[in-house]
Amino acid sequence: MNVPPELRYSETHEWTRLEADGTVSVGITWHAQDRLGDLVYVEVPPLGKSFDKGQACAVVESVKAASDIYAPVSGTIEAVNVDLAGSPEKVNDDAYATWMFRMRPSDATQLESLLSAAEYEKLIAAEEH
Amino acid sequence: MPFIPHTETDVRAMLESIGVDSLERLFDEIPPQLRQIALDVPPALSEMQVMRLMQQRAQADGEWASFLGGGAYEHHIPAAVWQITTRGEFYSAYTPYQAEASQGTLQVLFEYQTMMASLTGLDVTNASLYDGASALAEAVLMAVRLQRGPRRVLAPASLSPVYRKVVRAIVSNQDIELIELPYAPDTGTTSLESLARWEGEQVAALIIPQPNFFGMLEPVHHLTDWAHARNALAIGVINPVAAAMLQPPGAWGTNGCDIAVGEGQPLGVPLAGGGPYFGFIACKLAHVRQMPGRIVGQTADAEGKRGFTLTLQAREQHIRRSKATSNICTNQGLAVTAATIYMAMVGPVGLRRVAQACHANLLALLERVTALGGVQRRFAGPAFHEAVISVPVAAQDLLQRMREDRILAGLDLGHDYPELDNAVLLCVTETKELSDLDRYAQAMQSVLAQMQRAAAA
Repeated sequence: MNVPPELRYSETHEWTRLEADGTVSVGITWHAQDRLGDLVYVEVPPLGKSFDKGQACAVVESVKAASDIYAPVSGTIEAVNVDLAGSPEKVNDDAYATWMFRMRPSDATQLESLLSAAEYEKLIAAEEH
Repeated sequence: MPFIPHTETDVRAMLESIGVDSLERLFDEIPPQLRQIALDVPPALSEMQVMRLMQQRAQADGEWASFLGGGAYEHHIPAAVWQITTRGEFYSAYTPYQAEASQGTLQVLFEYQTMMASLTGLDVTNASLYDGASALAEAVLMAVRLQRGPRRVLAPASLSPVYRKVVRAIVSNQDIELIELPYAPDTGTTSLESLARWEGEQVAALIIPQPNFFGMLEPVHHLTDWAHARNALAIGVINPVAAAMLQPPGAWGTNGCDIAVGEGQPLGVPLAGGGPYFGFIACKLAHVRQMPGRIVGQTADAEGKRGFTLTLQAREQHIRRSKATSNICTNQGLAVTAATIYMAMVGPVGLRRVAQACHANLLALLERVTALGGVQRRFAGPAFHEAVISVPVAAQDLLQRMREDRILAGLDLGHDYPELDNAVLLCVTETKELSDLDRYAQAMQSVLAQMQRAAAA
């Protein structure tokens, strides 16, 4: 199990990190990439587009499945990781160093509702049973 | 092996184990009024009786000299095409389950995709769709998904009325706005003035038929560039035979058309009273993840040998479920096999000759009929193998009278285009000889003379 304590998590297996500029970086957790298997494609959201918390905004495709990535908070897409177009396997290599997109939250209080590392670990443990 | 795998004993055992006394009970939740559909099915006939019935019906159809087009086209099909297609190894209409076990079928589909990519000038094609009209609906849905925002699609009136109806039926409840662009009354091609109305508006895609329903050649380069300059995608609807002679969609405008679709029937599939036909769809590589349907790829097996596999399956229902690119999860395998063999037999040069023969025959027929009093071309400009003529009498009556001479002289356009009264869409393919064209012109001349005499009397 690999759940860094300094990050916050969503129930749909995204990790988030609040950056110094106020944006939130979003990726998928080690657990999520482990379940998906080797990623072959990451479809990032369009720059400048706004999403509501919980809305599907990106897609990851592995050799055995395709899954939506949900916006962990409401906000606007400020940056996308263009490296992923050519090398989606980076997500498998280092899930927490590989952000997919950065959002500027429209409501900063939503960050508080995200899961802590301990809470996320409990969620995974519950899903395993 | 029986075709119905469950014996009555099996069925009884299964019903017993779930505690239901009859098969009917399983359908209880369907309201009874929906189930009381009386099917008028005649009693079974023996093979001999069926043969006799079918021969009688074939004779009733008669022998016609057909100059009908409008979406389905009579072409010569070399005898070997269906001789090979109906071999047991190929003879299935369906997509293979356990696909990779059917390497021969996958190879045929791969060759088909390669040929269609070459014909359309685009990077990738799928293993086919149901028909041209539904392929266009898929292209519209695909364009809207790619755009991730704008949901307005411009569809010219010069696009086949049938295609417009099918697209509308499929996309109208998906919050997609289809806007009809008028055609220019002098050229019968998409009105460029009408495009100006959409200059500053968000448009997801522009549909460009080439040739269009009237047989006319649209200004495809201008239209493609117009779409791209407004961040809209260009969707080409092409005739695959005409494509052998015209510039392929991949070469339209500065950056090429984004998606091309069409009806595959002209490539070795008989008219057969309306089907089964097949649709094709091709696109730029960048758009492939939004393309619907099966795609066959080439790969290497564990021993490094060349092999074929279904690829990019994460687009499809069995993986992506309700978020798949389409409900299409099959292809028209048999018709596509025939098309692949047809294209392999005629080759690119042969297909071009077919196209040139069609075009030359159209010009020869137009020369003959426009020499008759009161018959003129309705639109000015180049056409492929169809054109609209204006006639000095009611088109419907003229066509009916020519049927008495065993000639299907064309399509009365008044039904779908009320403003085009007394206009006939005629079509000539390579199947006609000059004597057929003479016969057409003579029949029209004598029918016109009779009708005008009757009107004067």
